[in-house]
Amino acid sequence: MSKVPKNLLYTEEHEWIMVEDGRGTIGITDHAQEALGDVVYVDLPAVGDKIVKGETFGTVESVKAASDIYAPVSGTVVEVNEALKENPELINKSPYEDAWMVVVELDDENELDELLSPEDYKNILEGE
Amino acid sequence: MNGTPLIFEKSRPGREGFRLEKADVPEIDLINTIGEELLGREPDLPEVSEVDVVRHYTGLSDMNFGVDNGFYPLGSCTMKYNPKINEEIAAIPNFSELHPYAPEELCQGTLEIMYRMQKYLCEITGMDFFTLQPAAGAHGELTGILIIKKYLEASGKNRTKIIVPDSSHGTNPATAKESGFEIVKVSSGKDGLVDISELQKAVDEDVAALMLTNPNTLGLFEKHILEISRILHEKGALLYYDGANLNAIMGIARPGDMGFDVVHVNLHKTFSTPHGGGGPGAGPVGVKAFLRDFLPKPIVEKEGDKYFLNYDLPHSIGRMKAFYGNIGVVLKAYTYVRSLGARGLKEASEMAVLNANYLKKQVEDLFEAPVNTICKHEFVASASNWKEKYGVRALDIAKRLLDYGFHPPTIYFPLIVEEALMIEPTETESRETLDAFADALRKICEEARENPDLLRKAPHHMPSKRVDEVKAAREVKLKYVPTE
Repeated sequence: MSKVPKNLLYTEEHEWIMVEDGRGTIGITDHAQEALGDVVYVDLPAVGDKIVKGETFGTVESVKAASDIYAPVSGTVVEVNEALKENPELINKSPYEDAWMVVVELDDENELDELLSPEDYKNILEGE
Repeated sequence: MNGTPLIFEKSRPGREGFRLEKADVPEIDLINTIGEELLGREPDLPEVSEVDVVRHYTGLSDMNFGVDNGFYPLGSCTMKYNPKINEEIAAIPNFSELHPYAPEELCQGTLEIMYRMQKYLCEITGMDFFTLQPAAGAHGELTGILIIKKYLEASGKNRTKIIVPDSSHGTNPATAKESGFEIVKVSSGKDGLVDISELQKAVDEDVAALMLTNPNTLGLFEKHILEISRILHEKGALLYYDGANLNAIMGIARPGDMGFDVVHVNLHKTFSTPHGGGGPGAGPVGVKAFLRDFLPKPIVEKEGDKYFLNYDLPHSIGRMKAFYGNIGVVLKAYTYVRSLGARGLKEASEMAVLNANYLKKQVEDLFEAPVNTICKHEFVASASNWKEKYGVRALDIAKRLLDYGFHPPTIYFPLIVEEALMIEPTETESRETLDAFADALRKICEEARENPDLLRKAPHHMPSKRVDEVKAAREVKLKYVPTE
């Protein structure tokens, strides 16, 4: 069973977000990296780009397939994890820590209410 | 492959396999004529003898695996046997030595075959007009979607979205994106078919078309196709048929009758011309009458008893390929249609479906079934139970199959099935071959139970052992760089 840390919020598309002081750090879940297999390439937005809840903001490419990454919230990108460009395998090794993808300034914290709790996300994974 | 030297590594200075005759025209001083800058430097060509070349490439071809070597159940690729009579007909010098600039009156034979092939494809798919230009399936998709785009523009409709199911071939969203559309995905329901209520919600006045494969990539017939067609057409959107899976329904059901407006077919799949290893293929596109004027030009038409190239298509999207498409491929497919005839083509589809269901039954206890119903020409098995029980994945099974002398099925596709193995046996395989493949899977399953490492490290008996796919994707080396 893949890991689902208790301090994060989730999407049905297998992204996670951790929110502190109006800023959200976003990545993909352990289940997502496991399903994708070895990641070979990541395409992320640039600092200053707007991302829109529910729309794609990047792509993860593995030896099996290319997958879109969907924004769990709307906001402005303030930080991008440059290390992933050179070392995309971090996504497989450390999806919740070293492989965070972007930090965004949230447009509307109310959007967080629509995300999944760790328990809800776990239930979805078990249902799959 | 490991340790097989490149032809460059066999090169020795001064060794050669041919000698040029003494020139019978005066020699030109190249540097003074075109200048050093344009001349560049001499290319690094391997210097080898004739026998070096023959042995090198014969050696490489010995490592190859094709439908002439054995069973090749690559799902959604229809790797059926390619009858050799196809090659014989396409090689007739009257066809093969025809110059593409020859005047129409000197190539009436070839034009007649192109004309007839357009008609046959119309009859098989239920469309009104066909172009033979596109060189492959994805090229056909691009042609078809550009036709739809131009038609909508000409009708004053600005539509920005194309819908694809989540089980679609990757080329569908790629085509839509390449043609400038936004992609909307609709999910499949529990039955593996397009979720009608979700489709209903997704279709609005911005939607240009839905791209659909029928049967879909799970090998299931989209039985609500008439309803799907109604939903799209009611909003003024069109329906595009990805012909990759036509081999399941040839002579039995026609996309045109299901409501599709544009269709591409893969001659290199359904119509038995070779593919893999670069093809070439051919992806003719058919349309309903209202789209005729948007086809790439020219199309072959007939007036009296004379065939001609008609360039008079006022709204044509233009040319999609130099000259008239891959005519050699069209000739081979034409030969196939004529040798099988109407009844034979139908039987081919019936046998393809029978073979897939037979094989599915033989191996169903080994795998999880995403949807457990009768399939069409292919089926998808999930190895998620192998992963859980033995810690081996679809990839490991595929690699181990190589050791048993089979080409593996498509793996990890469609994306909606975990650890997917997508198996398409095709009609040309005997019961003995299907049984042998099922036996191999059964043995591999025992191996997975007893010695999973045997699978994880497979293949063991191939010229190339397990390749590092991550390295292959990230550190691509396409150019020979000599080591000093």
